[in-house]
Amino acid sequence: MNWYDFLLRNRGEVFDRTVEHIGLVGASMAIALIIGLPLGVALVRRLALQRWVLGAANIVQTIPSLALFGFLIPVPWIGGVGASTAIVALSLYALLPILRNTCTGIAEVDPAVVESARGMGMTPRQVLWQVQLPLAAPVMLAGIRVATVISIGVTTIAAAIGAGGLGVFIFRGVAMVNNQVILAGAIPAAMLAIAADLALGFFQRRIARR
Amino acid sequence: MASQNTMSQNDYALEFRVVSYRLDSGAALVSGLSFNVARGETLVLLGRSGSGKTTTLKLLNRLLEPSAGEILIAGRLSSSWDPIRLRRGIGYVIQDAGLFPHWTVERNIALVPQLERWPKERIQARVKEMMELVGLPPGEFANRRPSELSGGQKQRVGVARALAADPPILLMDEPFGALDPVTRADLQREFRLLALRLRKTIVFVTHDLREALFLGSRIALLEHGRLVGIYTADEFRKATEPEARAFAASLHSDGGTG
Repeated sequence: MNWYDFLLRNRGEVFDRTVEHIGLVGASMAIALIIGLPLGVALVRRLALQRWVLGAANIVQTIPSLALFGFLIPVPWIGGVGASTAIVALSLYALLPILRNTCTGIAEVDPAVVESARGMGMTPRQVLWQVQLPLAAPVMLAGIRVATVISIGVTTIAAAIGAGGLGVFIFRGVAMVNNQVILAGAIPAAMLAIAADLALGFFQRRIARR
Repeated sequence: MASQNTMSQNDYALEFRVVSYRLDSGAALVSGLSFNVARGETLVLLGRSGSGKTTTLKLLNRLLEPSAGEILIAGRLSSSWDPIRLRRGIGYVIQDAGLFPHWTVERNIALVPQLERWPKERIQARVKEMMELVGLPPGEFANRRPSELSGGQKQRVGVARALAADPPILLMDEPFGALDPVTRADLQREFRLLALRLRKTIVFVTHDLREALFLGSRIALLEHGRLVGIYTADEFRKATEPEARAFAASLHSDGGTG
């Protein structure tokens, strides 16, 4: 039996796990964006604080994902076994690329452009929304792209703490010593990552050309 | 030319009273600066790099705040102006033009009228008028991006943008500094005619004495953040101050091109 025969025969569960997977990635990316984008904007001019926050995000990034899931399980409120713990950990992972690229994207906008915007009488809010954010958008989107691809990968490990997703097949396959089962999780997960990368890359090039 | 009357009450459009600007580190970029600019006059701020010319300009539109002294704009203390309102009444042109690369020429020029919420038809008419004024046919250039323009064309757009809302005051920070000599000479000539016609109060920063003599009704010479003197073109040629002599010597040594 080939892996895709297995995949076809179990397409119901594969579909459910894929939806679950996308749900975990979507929820954690949403949280990371809601926190990361405004925080990144707020940190642009606060360089000392920015170093601290990016440093902290960097440390989180270096923690192996399985260990981070493990750390979070005993934490009250957010912890425990299941999807909510996984979403917290995934959001933390996604935060660094989003934060870093928001900060650098805005900082790299030509200072002459920002200065003329201010000099022409734009309010700080207008400068941010009409000049800095549109010009930083390609760099910010590159960060979102990296964060999404990382999230899709790390989410496979979230199955280890009972969060579901395509990782369920991988862990089950490892336990059963069955390559077909492993691939039934690994291949859709890889395709998901490639699809997200291509789609966001396309979008990124489009807004960069504007 | 009907311009905003709010800014034309006083004899002087601009007045510096013993103005200093120091960095947090204590280094003074401008110290004890006093001068005034009459309405409709073009005052050139001349000096070497680091002499405080740009700082002086930024004190005028409140991109910087003086550490000491007072600045009067249309007879009112600069600190009593709302900075946003003040800046919308002062055109600002800088060396790299500072055009928004993600906006078309048309939209760049419409910036201040749009901020001021002019009606759409009036903005369109005004943009067209401005493009013709600076010699850019609207049909050809309105929808271009700044990246599709030459350096000289960018500066023309920069000037059109600064003039769009018809501000009584214009600040220009080495607007022609990055252009090739031929384009620069063209723009200088056109700008001089434009300035005579529009009767704006202009403060023009340059390190090029030839440009200063050509465009300025008066020249304020700065050295290390201090005012050396204010001269008409004739007075400058006869000036005895060492810094003025140094600039005059530079005029003879570069061989009369441009």
